[in-house]
Amino acid sequence: MIDVKDLTKYFGQRAAVDHITFQVEPGQIVGFLGPNGAGKTTTIRILTGYMPATSGAANVAGFDVFSQSLQARRQIGYLPENVPLYTDMRVREYLDFRAKLRGMDRAARQKRLARVVEMCWLKDAFHRPIGQLSKGFRQRVGLADALIHDPKVLILDEPTIGLDPTQIREMRNLIRQLGGKHTVLLSSHILPEVEATCDRTIIIAAGKIVAQGTVEQLRHQILGGSRVIAELRGNGQQMQKEIASLGGVKNVELAEQDGWNRLLIETTGKDVREDVAQMAARKGWNLREIRLEVGSLEEFFVQVVARQHEQQQRQANAAA
Amino acid sequence: MSNVVTLTRRELQATFFSPIAYVVGAGFLLLSGYFFLRDVLVPGNEASMRPLFDNMARLLVFAVPLLTMRSLSDELSSGTLETLMTAPVTDAQVILGKFIGIMLFYVALLATTLLDAILLLHYAEMPWQAVAMGYLGLLLLGAAFTAVGLFASTLTRYQILAALIGAGLLAALTFMMDYLGGLRGDLWRVITSGMNLLGHFDDFSKGILDTRALVMLISVAAFFLFLAVKVLESRRWR
Repeated sequence: MIDVKDLTKYFGQRAAVDHITFQVEPGQIVGFLGPNGAGKTTTIRILTGYMPATSGAANVAGFDVFSQSLQARRQIGYLPENVPLYTDMRVREYLDFRAKLRGMDRAARQKRLARVVEMCWLKDAFHRPIGQLSKGFRQRVGLADALIHDPKVLILDEPTIGLDPTQIREMRNLIRQLGGKHTVLLSSHILPEVEATCDRTIIIAAGKIVAQGTVEQLRHQILGGSRVIAELRGNGQQMQKEIASLGGVKNVELAEQDGWNRLLIETTGKDVREDVAQMAARKGWNLREIRLEVGSLEEFFVQVVARQHEQQQRQANAAA
Repeated sequence: MSNVVTLTRRELQATFFSPIAYVVGAGFLLLSGYFFLRDVLVPGNEASMRPLFDNMARLLVFAVPLLTMRSLSDELSSGTLETLMTAPVTDAQVILGKFIGIMLFYVALLATTLLDAILLLHYAEMPWQAVAMGYLGLLLLGAAFTAVGLFASTLTRYQILAALIGAGLLAALTFMMDYLGGLRGDLWRVITSGMNLLGHFDDFSKGILDTRALVMLISVAAFFLFLAVKVLESRRWR
């Protein structure tokens, strides 16, 4: 549904987007993750037709975003980062205006307006001027605008920025519901959000894609799975050997702490807590703590971005 | 085409919402009324709207850029241009919609001055065709001026700059041409008088329909609208 090949964008001498390639399949929710200034918004602006690429190609719903811009734009619902709205219009007026621009006739407009108001919880604000609305409401108006014509592709730039926790949760639920029928590309620098809503993640830093895949795949890539931490009393060496023989265990590290053995059990991703607990019960080892440490996307992200930085530094030093 | 209608309605709404439009409109009408009372409705003077028309035209050189300045500058500074240009509308539709919207406001403004004309016709014998010609001239002049002001607005996100650029361009195409005309010889005078928009308006003011003036004013309007579209489009290839 979204096909990006070797996309590059230079602002003067600086490459904001540097030869990136990725695809988004129909019905997927893909997260564009990266630190500020990574090139997320620039890529999105190229996809939505607001600015051209310096080189490379991008297709949305089969239409080239540069040469078939008008057709591509028809398929896209876009929520820009700062949610620009006409503050002098009322919500109803604004959504009606946008629907008309999309070529919807009166019957279609009325139906869809009711639908998006319901989806975006805009009932209370429907007749109010946008200038009077809070950030949360404005964001929802922007989202309603993106959804009004039931587009195949939704492109959301930082959709939960500035919202309070309840609103963030609501927004994430909404985005999750939209997957399947719509294809969603959202950008964010909030990691838990991407973890929670997206099928796939593309991590971008300094204009380059540094990793992509499902959250599971990404975890495995850097952290190689997850860890179980258990504190047991008994013969440490024996425990280490026996637990290492369990299915799904890659390595066991042993540390002693005032009479208790603290075991760091690295796994391939399988949750071995139950097996460890059962073994402890069988062998009569006293168990006082067992917990699962899931490799988080945050660690991965920080590592990956740091590596990118190092690489850039080395390149800069080599050039100097 | 329905996009143009939608955008026109939006522009009209935005223009009427802005307090600047009312201030400029009120100022324009106030001064027009003053000129009318001072120059036209004076017992003993020749019955003609011409002094009023000429003065109104000069006022417009500064009034129109003030009306058009928010048109695109506002969209640029608030970021709404992004949602406009990522919607399935062409840049030409955007400019056309804004142009017609502002022109409608301008026509409403002109219509209010019809009161002056009616008053004069009540007191004096005057061919109404001459007055009609004058208004046609003002309409065309307004169209040309609006196009220039709109173009100026596409250049910057700062409204005040748009107003200054617009007024500057219009002053160059009117007063400056007038002044330059007197400086050198015949060829120079021909060129500068050709570029003097107020000169073209003169015929209409007198009640004469000169097709050269008609074509010139329409061409200027079309030219600057074209430039405005190109400036918008250039965002897509910069």
